[in-house]
Amino acid sequence: MNVPTDARYSREHEWARFDGDDVVVGITPYAADELGDVVYVELPAEGLHVDVMDEFGTVESVKAVSPLYAPVAGEVIAVNSALDGAPELVNSSPFHEGWMIRVRPDDAATAIEDLLDAEAYDAFVDELLA
Amino acid sequence: MPGRRSIVASEPLIFELASSGRPGVRPPLAQFDDVDPASVLPEGQVRESLDLPEVSEIDVMRHFVRLSQRNHSIDTAIYPLGSCTMKYNPKINEVAARLPGLLEPHPYQPETSVQGLLALIHDLEAVLGEIAGFATVTTQPAAGSQGEMVGLLCIQAWLRSRGERRATVLVPDSAHGTNPATATMTGMRVEPLGTAPDGNIDLDELDAKLNDDVAALMLTLPTTLGLFEQRILEVTRRVHAAGGQVYGDGANMNAMLGRVRPGDLGIDVMHLNLHKTFTTPHGGGGPGAGALGVQAHLAPFLPGPQIVRRDSGYALEPAGPDSVGRVHAHLGNVGNLIRGYTYIRSLGREGMREVANDAVLNANYLRARLAPHFDIPYNRICMHEVVLAGTRQRRLGVRTTDIAKRLIDYGVHPPTVYFPLIVDEALMIEPTETESIESLDQFAEALISVADEAKTAPDLLHAAPSAAPVRRLDEVTANRSPDVNWTAAD
Repeated sequence: MNVPTDARYSREHEWARFDGDDVVVGITPYAADELGDVVYVELPAEGLHVDVMDEFGTVESVKAVSPLYAPVAGEVIAVNSALDGAPELVNSSPFHEGWMIRVRPDDAATAIEDLLDAEAYDAFVDELLA
Repeated sequence: MPGRRSIVASEPLIFELASSGRPGVRPPLAQFDDVDPASVLPEGQVRESLDLPEVSEIDVMRHFVRLSQRNHSIDTAIYPLGSCTMKYNPKINEVAARLPGLLEPHPYQPETSVQGLLALIHDLEAVLGEIAGFATVTTQPAAGSQGEMVGLLCIQAWLRSRGERRATVLVPDSAHGTNPATATMTGMRVEPLGTAPDGNIDLDELDAKLNDDVAALMLTLPTTLGLFEQRILEVTRRVHAAGGQVYGDGANMNAMLGRVRPGDLGIDVMHLNLHKTFTTPHGGGGPGAGALGVQAHLAPFLPGPQIVRRDSGYALEPAGPDSVGRVHAHLGNVGNLIRGYTYIRSLGREGMREVANDAVLNANYLRARLAPHFDIPYNRICMHEVVLAGTRQRRLGVRTTDIAKRLIDYGVHPPTVYFPLIVDEALMIEPTETESIESLDQFAEALISVADEAKTAPDLLHAAPSAAPVRRLDEVTANRSPDVNWTAAD
């Protein structure tokens, strides 16, 4: 697998990518593939403050319900309401239309520095699939 | 394979079989001629027609028999659905449940006129208590999950009676999914516990999470990995030392009948699924029965009424002041209590032991036969079920879903898949004691053959099922917008 290099990744398979001053968060193709077809995505109310590894929502697939963990600390300033009617976007476009939350980071300078870069995340997934 | 079916043409809905003016039964209308509905029913409540299908008796009979022929059931072939204990339901259970003296009583009949039925249920409670090691048993809960809820409510009530309030429930990640759901339903907070590499509870993590807010540990025994918790005595000792109680999920009791009594292991309260362990029908086959056993200190909190034996005979004793209250009308699903009792009495004490022996032997036979073909993450002697991982097949581009769907083409009901969550691509197989070695071999050979196809012809798996009445179903739409109502076209 080769994930985009403009995002960083958590070991819980969330991605985080700067878009202006904000960080956009979603789940990786590996996570989407492991879950199988997604049937519901439950996202938080805007304004929620999350710390790293806080549960910010759940994703339900035909197999299981799984928690979503925040890869960055900050305030949720937008959620992807398109997932209400079209949760399948998480499977079909995990990096773009399937984004989940937009976070205003507490500290932009360090927000994503502890996350894996694309190369390290690819290696991490390869290990899981080995 | 037994149970193998050829493709059957699609069966119309019964509404689509209807033909206007074709009655199934002609009631003797003359008897009712002199009653004008408008004179006995409130205004606006009289209807001229109903949207019911007009079909003859033979249409109805053929429709449902055809549907039943497309169904997979334990009466047609092996049904190795892990955790569900899909064992054969002996027909003598049905004979007993239909005896007029047991079938016909009304719950409000005087107790003196139903002494036999009360004696049976009273003895069932005693026998279940003896099998599982509990002082008192209630038959009221209608399902395992309801038994769990009553159990946690009893623990809460017991804690309150000691002036304590605790709100955390520890749930190992190898527990049944109903356990965290029950804790949440009763207003408690779930704290998950991890599984050590050997498949047991991680004792260090248990110690770290035990505190004075922990009301209970909910323990599925054997676990959903099909493993016996090898440090069970240490686990229950530590929970008790921290002031908590141990709830036992007894859904997997089949593996321990006559061998181990959970009550002797430090478990304070546990439900028993009569519809799993004691051969009463499952799900659509009939209502459940999740009898609950408790140690003496929890007995005052049980639902009522309880059956008591007095010099004058059996009587129903109303719930005491500390009871958590009633959870089902009367004594629960009585028909299934009779079936479960019949099963226990027809096997007897030695039979109970043999059930557990053979259930464990059958699961280990499959484990040994399948081990060369599948990854088995916690590969040690298992109890009633074995959990395989489809990880080797995933590397070939085949997922556990594909394996499961392909098994349908072999006339086999797929095992439980993707559970427990701690096993990647899980296939959870519980053969039960009622399958013969020939039947186990047929199942194992089907699964091995599918594993071979994953290497040589993976498209067969991706396209499966191809020999079933329907092809692969759209699970997303079924989850998101199920349409189960028929509506008359205008």
